[in-house]
Amino acid sequence: MRGGVRRFGAAERGLLPEGRLAGPMPWVIAIMMFLTVLAAAAGLGLGGAASRLDDQIGGRVTIQVVEADPVLRDRQAEAAAVALRLLPGVVAVRPVPEAEIQALLEPWLGAGLMRSDLPVPALIDVDLTPQARARIDRLRQAVAAAAPAARVDDHAQWLAPLARLIGTLQWLAAGLVLLMVGATAATVVLAARAALDTHRNTIEILHLMGATDLQVARLFQRRIALDALFGGLVGFILGGLVLIAIGDRVTALGSELLGSAAIPPEGWLILIGLPLFGVLLALLVARLTILRALGRML
Amino acid sequence: MPPAWLRTSGGCLHLFISATAMRPDEPRAAGRRRLNATGSIVQFENVGLRYGTGAETLSDLSFSLKEGGFYFLTGPSGAGKTSLLKLLYLALRPSRGLIRLFGEDIVTMPRGRLPGFRRRIGVVFQEFRLVTHLSTFDNVALPLRVAGVEEKDLEKPVSEMLAWVGLADRATARPATLSGGEQQRVAIARAVIGRPELLVADEPTGNVDPEMALRLLHLFDSLNKLGTTVIVATHDLHLLARIQRAEMLRLDRGQISDPTGALRHPPRRPEA
Repeated sequence: MRGGVRRFGAAERGLLPEGRLAGPMPWVIAIMMFLTVLAAAAGLGLGGAASRLDDQIGGRVTIQVVEADPVLRDRQAEAAAVALRLLPGVVAVRPVPEAEIQALLEPWLGAGLMRSDLPVPALIDVDLTPQARARIDRLRQAVAAAAPAARVDDHAQWLAPLARLIGTLQWLAAGLVLLMVGATAATVVLAARAALDTHRNTIEILHLMGATDLQVARLFQRRIALDALFGGLVGFILGGLVLIAIGDRVTALGSELLGSAAIPPEGWLILIGLPLFGVLLALLVARLTILRALGRML
Repeated sequence: MPPAWLRTSGGCLHLFISATAMRPDEPRAAGRRRLNATGSIVQFENVGLRYGTGAETLSDLSFSLKEGGFYFLTGPSGAGKTSLLKLLYLALRPSRGLIRLFGEDIVTMPRGRLPGFRRRIGVVFQEFRLVTHLSTFDNVALPLRVAGVEEKDLEKPVSEMLAWVGLADRATARPATLSGGEQQRVAIARAVIGRPELLVADEPTGNVDPEMALRLLHLFDSLNKLGTTVIVATHDLHLLARIQRAEMLRLDRGQISDPTGALRHPPRRPEA
């Protein structure tokens, strides 16, 4: 609208009655923000966990040389390691030391296990680039050629169900965040409409004085943005406190799997941005709602 | 004595100058040029107004108001005076016909251009329509704030206007604490504070005592002498005689009661 650049100036605060525009709106937004923070934190934590799992073991395979004859087993393990080092995309080849294997078996078989007592497979940990991980069949062929008794244990394969679960939970969290955004926008629409109805007489008078739609909309936008900021901050603070409390409990558990779901630093930045995003969303939705309603007046 | 900005045409006009200086996008100057060609600030041609699907409230209105004229609009209750004034202050658009305001067709005018025209019109509503949560001062200052006048430039003209309508000591009062007459004076002060080019008043003296009615009429008269076109809807026949140069429009059942055609361009009354 022409002339819309004009503002009422400092006195605009008084053109609408002081106090909140639509009573419960800030508290509804606070609840929405609280749930959004929790859902977003869950999504970010799961994303971090998935990423960490992938980094740590997703690109790793373990070669097991299952051979009862220790001499033959060692020979095949050595041949497999040599063959693996020659393959493109192999980042590291690490034959697992005897002591480490014994340490792995100790919880089940007890201490003092002698290699001669039980034919334990030789293990070789292999780290792969993502490209090499995608061509795992070539690795299998190379290992089979060098060590017929070798089996390739692909970590990503047994991690796949866990990764799928994490992925599903991440999508669920993202869906919840979107639902919260939609519900917040709907709350703002209802609040803006209620505010317009409440102040219809003032709006008509302002219009008849020559106020433009943008001038009127700014009055409501400002108030709704303040309400949204208040609600957003309350919800964010409560959500943050809950997250800190959960973090403490997880740390106390000492679970490596749960611990890997910690929110990364950039995740906290995203969470801190949520109240600001809420204010911008409220501003935009209020503006569109109010301008649309005003457009129906003369 | 009227407010300073009403006393001379070149004085305060501080307010007037600042108010117009910040409205470069409004069609005031262009409108004036066109007005010079037609001589009319308002022109109605076969205008009809219908609310919903009911009968026409106003029918076949054709008249024009000269720029700088003073007009009384009379007629019995229900004749359509308020509806006609609503068309004039752009609260309604007609169902049919042509209305030219400040030289421009406002019937087909895009909605976005209306605010610029409304700022050129001062309105005294029959039911006052004060903003209930604002003080007397803020109600009177409202048109200036809408027009973007700086806060530092508001104090003097608004205070002067409040003093003129006898409400200097009620500047901080809310409308609910004012009497009907006081509310009416606030409404009038609000309508004239921006020195509008067209002043539309619906029964502006209905709730004030005769002495205050006379003062308010003199205020309108002073504005009119500065060039504002004034149209006052009233039942008060005594007022009609107070402004000798005023012309009269009489509405009856939604039509200009003008059997002889004299009222369309009514002759000036002889000066007393």
